[in-house]
Amino acid sequence: MMKKGIGRRGLSTLLVVLTTLTLTMSGCSGKKAEESTADATNATENTSSGKDGKAETADNTASSDDLSKITIGIPQDIDSMDPHIAQAAGTREVLFNVYEGLVKPDQDGNLQPAIASEYTISEDGKTYTFTLREGVKFHDGSTVTAEDVKYSIERNAGTDGTDPLISAFSNIDSVEIADDSTVVMTLKEANTEFLAYMTVAIIPASNEDPEGNPVGTGPYKFVSRSPQENVILTKFDEYWGEPAYIKDITLKVEANADSIVMDLEGGSIDMFARVTSAQMSQLSDKFDVYEGTMNLVQALYLNNAEEPFNNEQVRQALCYAISPQEIMDFVSDGKGTEIGSSMFPSFGKYFDASLSETYNQDIDKAKQLLAEAGYSNGFDFTITVPSNYTQHVDTAQVLVEEFKAIGVNATIQEVEWNTWLDDVYTNRNFQSTVIGVDASTLTAYALLSRFRSDAHNNFINYNDASYDAAFDAAVNATDDAEKTKNYKECEKILSETAANVYIQDLPEFVVLNKKFTGYTFYPLYAQDFSKIKPAK
Amino acid sequence: MKKFLSLFKKNKATGQRNTFLLLGTILTGIILLMVIVGVFYTPYSPTKMDASAKLQGISLKHIMGTDNMGRDVFSRVLYGSRITLIIATFTILIGAGVGTVIGALAGYFGGMFGEVTMRIIDAMLAFPSILLSLVFVSLFGTGTYQVAVALGISFVPSFARIVRGEFLRCRNMDYVEVARLQGVSNIRIIFVHILPNTVGVLLSSVMIGFNNAVLAEAGLSFLGIGAQPPYASLGKMLSDAQGYLFSRPSYVISIGLVIVLMVLGFSFLGEGIKRIQ
Amino acid sequence: MRYVLKKVLSMVLTLFVVSLCVFFAFSLIPGDPVTRMFGTEATPELIAQYRAKMGLNDPILVRYFRWFIAFLQGDMGTSYDYKIPVAGMLAEKIPITLTLAIMSFVIMVIISIPLGIYTAKYENGIIDHVISVINQIIMAVPPFFSGILLTFFFGVILKIFMPGGFVSYTKDVQGFLKYLILPAFAIALPKAAMATKLLRGSVIDEAGKDYTRTAYSRGNTTNGVLYRHVLKNAMIPVVTFMGMALADMVAGSIVIEQVFGIPGISRILLSSINNRDYPVVEAIIMGIAIMVLVINLLVDIIYRIINPRIEVEE
Repeated sequence: MMKKGIGRRGLSTLLVVLTTLTLTMSGCSGKKAEESTADATNATENTSSGKDGKAETADNTASSDDLSKITIGIPQDIDSMDPHIAQAAGTREVLFNVYEGLVKPDQDGNLQPAIASEYTISEDGKTYTFTLREGVKFHDGSTVTAEDVKYSIERNAGTDGTDPLISAFSNIDSVEIADDSTVVMTLKEANTEFLAYMTVAIIPASNEDPEGNPVGTGPYKFVSRSPQENVILTKFDEYWGEPAYIKDITLKVEANADSIVMDLEGGSIDMFARVTSAQMSQLSDKFDVYEGTMNLVQALYLNNAEEPFNNEQVRQALCYAISPQEIMDFVSDGKGTEIGSSMFPSFGKYFDASLSETYNQDIDKAKQLLAEAGYSNGFDFTITVPSNYTQHVDTAQVLVEEFKAIGVNATIQEVEWNTWLDDVYTNRNFQSTVIGVDASTLTAYALLSRFRSDAHNNFINYNDASYDAAFDAAVNATDDAEKTKNYKECEKILSETAANVYIQDLPEFVVLNKKFTGYTFYPLYAQDFSKIKPAK
Repeated sequence: MKKFLSLFKKNKATGQRNTFLLLGTILTGIILLMVIVGVFYTPYSPTKMDASAKLQGISLKHIMGTDNMGRDVFSRVLYGSRITLIIATFTILIGAGVGTVIGALAGYFGGMFGEVTMRIIDAMLAFPSILLSLVFVSLFGTGTYQVAVALGISFVPSFARIVRGEFLRCRNMDYVEVARLQGVSNIRIIFVHILPNTVGVLLSSVMIGFNNAVLAEAGLSFLGIGAQPPYASLGKMLSDAQGYLFSRPSYVISIGLVIVLMVLGFSFLGEGIKRIQ
Repeated sequence: MRYVLKKVLSMVLTLFVVSLCVFFAFSLIPGDPVTRMFGTEATPELIAQYRAKMGLNDPILVRYFRWFIAFLQGDMGTSYDYKIPVAGMLAEKIPITLTLAIMSFVIMVIISIPLGIYTAKYENGIIDHVISVINQIIMAVPPFFSGILLTFFFGVILKIFMPGGFVSYTKDVQGFLKYLILPAFAIALPKAAMATKLLRGSVIDEAGKDYTRTAYSRGNTTNGVLYRHVLKNAMIPVVTFMGMALADMVAGSIVIEQVFGIPGISRILLSSINNRDYPVVEAIIMGIAIMVLVINLLVDIIYRIINPRIEVEE
């Protein structure tokens, strides 16, 4: 081949290397200059002042923007528009705007009448009577009837012979229509917390295709959706309650977490819930950051049936080895709420802040416990983490470092979410895992029932007779004070027996363009778009 | 490595300048040196975290700065290059090894066997290698060796195709006919007589394959598949770092450059080897 | 003609193998569409009920042939994840990915052919060196990284591109095309670099051959020879490469669609693999395989038209 060209071509190769090297150099020196300014001012100030000029120009173009529209980024596509089929937390929080139940949680976590204008619960906690609010309209213009309510509840209870879509609904004995505006629901076993399940969406009995033609009663109605692209909602003008402010909402699927900052800055989205602290620190000042909590129990969940975690002292040793504050410093710039049991602060009366003090980092104590348990030389174990949750993977990395101090050698195994669901959650084939467990309803039951020794979702194989007793006492109690007392007892047992290495309730950062205001946090998975309004 | 050096010297002896080979050797040498040094010594532990030193810029203490966990990026690059090289090497070993055997058999014997093999190879080539590795990773799970196996398998079809082409070309040549008439066994003909004649083509495909393996690994890392934390391959580090493009561009650029230099090294080397022949 | 027929036949066979491979590969992958559907809310009863409903309890061969027969009849089933028919869903997404691929292809051709010829003609000139330097660097950058750098440069610094501002062709065709330009460049650049290099080498190669010298000695001008004889022959390997590149662009834009937030086929495919949404995965992979094979066939045919003397071995 071209022999004569070789020498010259060699020259061009040299050029490549030189160019690359020059790039390296300039990269370095540019960096150094930035360093010195960064030393003088605080890092965030530095970035925001650097971007001032751009923010202004963007605002100028934005002033012509239509504030009746907002584009909100969502981290993953919704899994179903049918509220009874949809399962993903990310879907539930969106559908909160489209569907409503007989009752509806408010921002403090209290259940407020919604489609029902009032309700009564019998003394024995078995009979629930709902009076329907007059003139509540579905998005298709029809009025909500007692038939629709009965249909919606029964669809979830599986009274047609199929299994219930919501397992707690197997407790429903019957749903009767007393008159046009009264529905009576009877339970098989007393449960005063059952009202929390009545947030289940009411949909018209006549709708043949709830997936393709979703009809609800919420402040926003469905317009269209395109997989992996967007979901479009528009304001429902005949909404019975407080009307929404923004007319059109586009929910844009943001599959690439790394482009969120660019998309916010570039203006293709106005809001994103759950940005990381790293993303937050890169945003300019044209955004407001709302800080709340994610409402989940993040812990190193231990398989209590597996060696060596079947030994309480080993579990306690791990609890003594870690510092939740240190984890927060690494994972979310020190923000987050320390917890000591399977309960988070939004639950108010059920939450016992003192439990986070059960174990304070104490390396000597941890080593001593390990020695007593017969593991004076430490041991090896695996932490399985779903790879799609950066904050859990990061937490696991900090944990591995912390455990080194007590001679315990942990290895991280990242798995896909599906593998996690299969291996860890369903088949309980794991040693430990970092995950956040949330509550599907606003009840202590939802968080604590999984630790009863025979619960189908007791994935950590927790088995403690005193816990079972306390839990049963709590469920059966009809007196609220007694119920609360027993649930708190449950939490205490979980903490003292070190069921898991409890860490924190993660902080949640919601970024909203300053053109808008009014973002409101809820103590469970819900994004209330109807409260967002133009800033001016 | 040794074999390669001798090739390089012989080339010089004939008086031909081979700048590609020289530069490729230098760049690859630097990377290899980094990896070997990294085995024995890193300035800091690649996993040692420091909350007070998160996302620092370039300094004398941390010549590539620190990452979001306060870990020394340079130490992690030393370690990460090793992981990347391990993945690339295994990928090539599997891809070229299996691919050569399949391609050789399919090319030499042809007929029904060759036809069926080639249909399967075509089927695998019909969807892109990154997709193929994605499927295999779902199958084997994620981790350094799993990724290497997955990438390796997805590299098999292209190697098989190349080798088959060479064998089709060679199988009716005189020296093969002679060997056959002498009663040499088919296996011996394939591996002793024909295979050495395909080494040239194979070697340059191996170098290109190396590049593709490094780049494909980076792509997979971007899609969230790769070595298990706290360790990270270069690709994984790059995709982690890109989230800090706004606040710490040096973090992203330094890792990006290491990858670029590594790939350039291999491609020069490949080009240089081509020139030798 | 017989050649084409034979090719088509082997194509159908290949497709069959693809469908079989995908189906079996996916039945081996851990993760179950039903557990995925219900996540942490699943109960054993619910899972059993839905598995039965979706026919997942049948033996794999039964499921395969059920799927295969439906597919032959044009029924691609319903997505597990989106709960809508696969056909309709893909019909909306295919134009996005196809437009992107075609744009990338056009960009690649527009850049590489003139550059390849120019650098070959002025071999070892300054421009030749500069371009080969740029080529080498472009080929060494991981594609997602170059995508991010492009977004950063054009979107954040120059502000002539709105990151994530994708609009569907159903709403605004012009805006749609405008948005795709940058991603198309990100896909096209490494391919253009390779094509330029290949064309340059190929032209230089051909230029050194006897027939070209003869042409010169007959007094032909440089340009005349270059275009009439050399280029025609030099294009042969380049056409093969470009065909492969086009196939790669249709199928291989996964990373770029992810970087630029383009809701095309690749992104659906990625999320469907993650969600164990087999009907969608099967349909997309079959679609991609068909496109790739058809492109390969066309390349083969063009190959024969350019140079009828070549006997393709298969």
